[in-house]
Amino acid sequence: MDLVLHDVGPTEGEREAVDAVLGVPGSMWEGATERLSSDDHVARGGHAARRQRHLLVPILHAVQARAGWISPGALNYICRRLTIPPADAYGVASFYALFSLEPQAPAVAHICTDIACRDRGGDALCAEMERRLGPPGAADGEATWLESPCLGLCERAPGAMVSIAGAEPVEHSLAPADADTVADLLAGGPAPPVPHPQVPQAQDGQDGLRLLRRVGRVDPSSLDSYRAHGGYEALRAAVDLGPAGVIRELNDSQLLGRGGAAFPIGRKWEAVARNPRRPHYVICNADESEPGTFKDRVVLEHDPFATIEAMTIAGYATGAEYGYIYLRGEYPVAWERLVEAIVQARGRGYLGRDILAAGFAFDIELRRGAGAYICGEETALFNSIEGHRGEPRSKPPFPVDSGLFRRPTVVNNVETLINVLNIVREGGPRYAEIGTERSTGPRLFCLSGSVRRPGLYEAAMGITLRELLELAGGVPEGRTLRAVLLGGAAGRFMTPDELDVELSFEATREAGTTMGSGVVMVFDDAADLPAVLRRIASFFRDESCGQCVPCRVGTVRQEEALARLANGTGSAEQDIALLREIIVAMRDASICGLGQTAGDAVESALAKFDVFTDATGGGR
Amino acid sequence: MSRARQVAPPREVEITLNGEAVSATEGETILQVAKREGIEIPTLCWAKTLTPVNACRVCVVEVEGSRVLPPACARKVEDGMEVQTHSERVRHSRKMVLEFLASSVDVSTTPDVSRWIDEYDAAPQRYGPPAPAFTAGERDRLRAGHHVAPDGRHAATVKQPPKIDNDLYVRDYAKCILCYKCVQGCGTEWQNTFAIAVAGRGFDARIATEFASPLPDSACVYCGNCIAVCPTGALMFKSEFDRRQAGTWDEDRQQVTTTICTYCGVGCNLELHEQDNEIVKVTSPLDHPVTRGNLCVKGRFGFQFVQNRARPGEREGDAPPPPHAADGTGASGNGASGNGSGGHGPRGGGPPT
Ligand SMILES: Cc1cc2nc3c(=O)[nH]c(=O)nc-3n(C[C@H](O)[C@H](O)[C@H](O)COP(=O)(O)O)c2cc1C
Ligand code: SF4
Ligand code: SF4
Ligand code: FES
Ligand code: FES
Repeated sequence: MDLVLHDVGPTEGEREAVDAVLGVPGSMWEGATERLSSDDHVARGGHAARRQRHLLVPILHAVQARAGWISPGALNYICRRLTIPPADAYGVASFYALFSLEPQAPAVAHICTDIACRDRGGDALCAEMERRLGPPGAADGEATWLESPCLGLCERAPGAMVSIAGAEPVEHSLAPADADTVADLLAGGPAPPVPHPQVPQAQDGQDGLRLLRRVGRVDPSSLDSYRAHGGYEALRAAVDLGPAGVIRELNDSQLLGRGGAAFPIGRKWEAVARNPRRPHYVICNADESEPGTFKDRVVLEHDPFATIEAMTIAGYATGAEYGYIYLRGEYPVAWERLVEAIVQARGRGYLGRDILAAGFAFDIELRRGAGAYICGEETALFNSIEGHRGEPRSKPPFPVDSGLFRRPTVVNNVETLINVLNIVREGGPRYAEIGTERSTGPRLFCLSGSVRRPGLYEAAMGITLRELLELAGGVPEGRTLRAVLLGGAAGRFMTPDELDVELSFEATREAGTTMGSGVVMVFDDAADLPAVLRRIASFFRDESCGQCVPCRVGTVRQEEALARLANGTGSAEQDIALLREIIVAMRDASICGLGQTAGDAVESALAKFDVFTDATGGGR
Repeated sequence: MSRARQVAPPREVEITLNGEAVSATEGETILQVAKREGIEIPTLCWAKTLTPVNACRVCVVEVEGSRVLPPACARKVEDGMEVQTHSERVRHSRKMVLEFLASSVDVSTTPDVSRWIDEYDAAPQRYGPPAPAFTAGERDRLRAGHHVAPDGRHAATVKQPPKIDNDLYVRDYAKCILCYKCVQGCGTEWQNTFAIAVAGRGFDARIATEFASPLPDSACVYCGNCIAVCPTGALMFKSEFDRRQAGTWDEDRQQVTTTICTYCGVGCNLELHEQDNEIVKVTSPLDHPVTRGNLCVKGRFGFQFVQNRARPGEREGDAPPPPHAADGTGASGNGASGNGSGGHGPRGGGPPT
């Protein structure tokens, strides 16, 4: 390959940002500005540079944070340093919503316009931002704003994230967000305090909780505090059990993955542990971008060591010495706390060589997503870490055979991982007594929308939807329940008549629905269901990776048909029939779960509600 | 351990294809077996000489026990597999894929699509009249994760003006179905030049150079191997494009002469497509053991000299390439170092015009 670059170089700031990740270049070949002695001998770079391709997204983040956009000069310099063809790198950068490839104001407010926020102040906030700052995405001026899909702050809607590029870039999450505070942050105001986690059950004491036991009680910035709350007891227990013992307990626990696919964790770990190809990798999937989901954020912000400990156990049990946490790009607080927690764990020997003097090594690298829901799909996630576009791969091969860097890989959701701590401590069989026969253990539920006490709840599998809504206080005074979106945008709507459905994998499947990522979003009689459906369709249209036709075009046609229905243009009967046809093809023929579920919520709403003729919903 | 490793002979497997027992060889795809049995499964993003990307999904089939419909072009047969190639479910997905493509992309030069549209009762017009075309470069600037909400009156399309930035070939992305063939051919699978990649996301995904810069400023070496694998005519010889525009392109009047390229000693087979006594296009057979359909700039585009010598002054725009003539910039550099040939456009010397 000839590396053909344009004749434009990076600014000083851009160069610094790249060098901060890669170190200063060792030769002119690698982009040094003056001749070094290394240039006298051989051309350098080549394979060594290309092996660093996995740093592409972190470098793009660094440049975006420094310059506010990825300029042609910066891209050239990145490509020279990593020996990546510029078209290829451009393809990667332009895949992610958080990277701007055109000049953009350095201070940007990302305002959530998604379904929990839009009528809880999100739409009004956008209108106010537009009044103050003009249309979204302006390049001139110091500050601008952009619409954002769900920011994972739904329990405190409306959510916002502010980022300011510069030599000392800053990022803040804000919820509930108001225009004045956003303006203040855009102008460089001080960080808002991190609110106390919204875990309403904590009021009644947390001792009965297993997954949220420490949340809000432990100091997330202190390993000692974590240990004082039972931290690292599980790792000790795991080492006593030995790798095979850990896997046996997991098999006995019958824990199924909480990230959406409900795959048995024991089988996954066992397959990797037994795989003769090395190295093995462990990945914690913390990309949490399913609209309505915020559980992983709460756990990572308020109990970061738990995930680190669980990953360490995964490394021990599966023979992996290296793990990645892939954290969604819009979680600045979780990022900071994880960075700090990893540093402390390393410093105290809980990560690194010879952990607990048990003769095993494990370390963790933290990676940030950059605004792409699809990167939560495990194979897209591998591509993203490797520095490619976040397009899902075809399966088979499965991650346990060929995952990250084509090596055997365990991928688990944050919630799945923290369950491991309990299983290892109390034993698989005891854990399996919690929940239902086929859905064991506790489960986290993200309650948002029209409920009195939105927040993160923990309940044993098998709780009914009605019981869960009661825990959250039901819909506010004077409102009546209209619908519950179960499982997120990729989930399904439930009617007030269906509240007795048991929340377990088997019962929800039986009822033709899904728990998905634990989203329980409540809509009352004032909800504008047509607008909600259009927002969901818009989400999938934006988040489709574009690889396969049924999803790439189907999501567009779905959104168009819903627009006609909402606007009352065209024949409603025909458009509803058309939507059904589109949705079947997306489900049957798409490559990955995104396209396969992109019509589920719409389909369920059309089947269960008179969305487009009803007095309470239609005609707006 | 003995050095003579036993290579197991490929295993025979039995599958059921549309209810008939069929034997196949392990490792074969469903598409290969169906073809042998005389069953037509439509394909768009599959090409003989490239790894399947199974992106278009027009080839999906029903496999007993599979929740979704796997792509025949990539799914390998397994013993006992029960496959339906034309069930109602399959026909529905194929119809929708054809509608999705034909309603958003200009498929007028994609072979077989109009026949399949009839065969599968696809009705692309039911999505409404096409939205107004993008202006030049507009689609290249679309940002991932953002789009203007539609009102449903028009069907979104990828319509845009063709990119004509060199004298050798045209990129008419209004015809692009995003099959990845050109990217594979330009990159890892054949040419290793990586001048183009997929950029953007979702419906806004597109084939692009870095920052959509003109081809002469890019790494393109004008081997035309992307044109060779493009199934839609989105990538087209300028000589073909111009004649199609003028209405003078006529394959019935064309003759194909197979010869061997005289530029160097590799021995690439050339197929010279000639119409009205002029060479209008050069291809190489996909199954040719030397080229596998690929050529270099000299074999692919070096034909002009024949015509220039024979009939000087008669061709429109008589000047020979260079390819970067059209945009007149020629101002692109290529960095401080690292590129042996130190130029842009067809490196390694152009045709002796
Ligand atoms: C479009 C899409 C998005 C996904 N996003 C996430 C995510 O954000 N977090 C997650 O844990 N799993 C996500 N998944 C599921 C993962 O592919 C994978 O099944 C999961 O991480 C496995 O972990 P588990 O077994 O612990 O559930 C997503 C899947 C799809 C298809
Ligand atoms: S279903 Fe959608 S997100 Fe998944 S591969 Fe296809 S286009 Fe990409
Ligand atoms: S330009 Fe042609 S080969 Fe390339 S993706 Fe488009 S249709 Fe396929
Ligand atoms: S933060 Fe707005 S919907 Fe989740
Ligand atoms: S031909 Fe099989 S998916 Fe395109």
